[in-house]
Amino acid sequence: MLNVLQDDTVNPVEQFLRTDRMPHIWCPGCGIGTTVNSFARALIDSKVDLDSIALVSGIGCTGRVAGYVKLDSFHTTHGRAIPFATGLKLANPKLNVVVYSGDGDLSAIGGNHLIHAARRNIDLKVICVNNLIYAMTGGQTAPTTPGHATTSTNPYGTFEPAFNLPALVDAAGAVYVARWTTFHVRQLARSISEAFAKKGFSFIEVISPCPTLYQRRNKMGDGLDTMKYYKEASKVKNGAPTNEVGLTLNGEIAVGKFVDRERPDYQTLMRAQYVESLGERYIEVTGNAEPEMECACG
Amino acid sequence: MKTATMKADPRGVLTGTHFLDGDHACCEGALAAGARFAAGYPITPSTEVVERFASRVPTVGGSFIQMEDELAASIALQGGVWGGAKAFTVTSGPGFSLMMEHIGYAAMTETPCVFVDVQRGGPSTGLPTLPAQADMMQARWGSHGDYEIIALCPNSPQECFDLTITAFNLAEEYRVPVMFMMDEVVGHMTEKVVIPPADQIEVVPRKHTKKSVEDYLPYGTNGDLVPEMAHAGEGYKFHVTGLTHDERGYPNMTPATQDQLVKRLQNKIRNAADRICLFEEDRLDNAEVVVVSYGITSRVAQRAIDMAHERGLNVGKLRLITAWPFPDKKISGLAQRVKAFVVPELNLGQMVREVERAAGGKAKTLAVPHAGGGVHNPEEILKAIVEASRC
Repeated sequence: MLNVLQDDTVNPVEQFLRTDRMPHIWCPGCGIGTTVNSFARALIDSKVDLDSIALVSGIGCTGRVAGYVKLDSFHTTHGRAIPFATGLKLANPKLNVVVYSGDGDLSAIGGNHLIHAARRNIDLKVICVNNLIYAMTGGQTAPTTPGHATTSTNPYGTFEPAFNLPALVDAAGAVYVARWTTFHVRQLARSISEAFAKKGFSFIEVISPCPTLYQRRNKMGDGLDTMKYYKEASKVKNGAPTNEVGLTLNGEIAVGKFVDRERPDYQTLMRAQYVESLGERYIEVTGNAEPEMECACG
Repeated sequence: MKTATMKADPRGVLTGTHFLDGDHACCEGALAAGARFAAGYPITPSTEVVERFASRVPTVGGSFIQMEDELAASIALQGGVWGGAKAFTVTSGPGFSLMMEHIGYAAMTETPCVFVDVQRGGPSTGLPTLPAQADMMQARWGSHGDYEIIALCPNSPQECFDLTITAFNLAEEYRVPVMFMMDEVVGHMTEKVVIPPADQIEVVPRKHTKKSVEDYLPYGTNGDLVPEMAHAGEGYKFHVTGLTHDERGYPNMTPATQDQLVKRLQNKIRNAADRICLFEEDRLDNAEVVVVSYGITSRVAQRAIDMAHERGLNVGKLRLITAWPFPDKKISGLAQRVKAFVVPELNLGQMVREVERAAGGKAKTLAVPHAGGGVHNPEEILKAIVEASRC
């Protein structure tokens, strides 16, 4: 059950938004705002200290999330949200670092960082809004675009095979992998809450419509039609082998929690190695200001 | 206005007299300056800097991570800065090329950090183990858009130590990425390096805001053009973006905001150029010819200058320690009274263009180019000095 504020005239997620930046840039029917709503619900549910959260985005429509949330937030360069987030986490291990970006940003230009962060099992919560194309730039083919879909750069239909993102990050070592659509707002919020409770590399894929560029070009109707499609085509397959959850044009969408396992995260391994090798000489990074910073009096 | 400084954290200072190469001395300089995070990717001839850092930093309360490429290294270090650490990365030509976008990001977001470039011969893979000074223009102009950076050029392992501290201090004072432009020879030559006690090392702390959460404007300034910083996790809930932004840090893509922001990013460095520019000079008072050099080439040039003095030529020395911002005022002042500048460098003509521009036609400028892979023969520079003397 979600907590609801006493004052029912106030949207309970408003406290997490930079309302002075509204209206946002997302199109009518776009799913990104819906994912932000679920993210905010997860913040309420998980009771995580908001001051401890840093949210990092790359570039693209989803990359704009960083600018709308009332959190320490970083809108970085294209594809590089994960390595930026890695630096944040290493410098201040107390931070809860969330990466919130799109499929093109995370799996194409940022694909190398995605697999290496999963391999390291660095403690990041990655929310990947997958609208199956590059939306901000006008609907070009992405590594996630299913075969035969029409895009601005494959006007006769795509023919290159697409990434199955859950399988990719599972193979690379992620400890938590889930997929939902923007129809599954409560399930998505629950998965994000679970990721906050999980130490290590978590990856949540959210299938999301781009009515302006993907749905329209592929004659899939408007935002409402897409919700109906998501509702009908989604099959909950918790624990499904990730190599079986690839997406097809207009086909079934496997959703659920596919991976939830334990594996020591990067900083736990780092600490163990240094303690073993250096003993008492090891001075752990605490995330507190350096002594020289505290007396910045001059 | 004097910048507030404080004494170095003694944990990072390896006080004593050492026999170090430039790469290792640079690492010790970074530790003494307070660097507690580095992200790197291996590349010759720079890797020794982070190898030493990886060995030393777990004992001083910091961390090193080897990233999957230079794009990752150059942005991970900025994450480290916003997480509260002083941070840097180290690379050479091909890696420096990959880092360009993030030098622009650091300039735009005013992330204080240091990029060390141990220059090798290029273009492309070029000469991985041999020197050049051919990244000087890339250091200044390599990222897109209008911006300013600071670049320093050490000419010895001792300076690799001393000036790395200066680089971190300038980065913090102006909230700007500082390019530390070493070269393969300076990086790999081994000499005496004296590291003073921590209480004799001045470091500039982060310009951290003392304002309350309510009063804090992430990109507001108080007349000195350099905004105050907050770190993630402190409750300020600030926003940082590479988009054109207003004082709140919010994207605001209008010509007016662009004009205000980009001019401030330029002016905070340009207006302080006299304070930032460091150089070493000798016998300039009555000089007819001035040899302008930097980095390893300045040491070869010194030999040529000595030879010229033995021949009775009236030659002065100007060694650029700060390459960027370029010391326009110094060169244009000298141009009023000298016949010519001689500019040897390990490239086919980069900083010589700046000398020529600053001289404004008042004095001649003679380039002594070298494509890299070795250093000049002092006779080549002497020949140019002799020719310049006849102007």
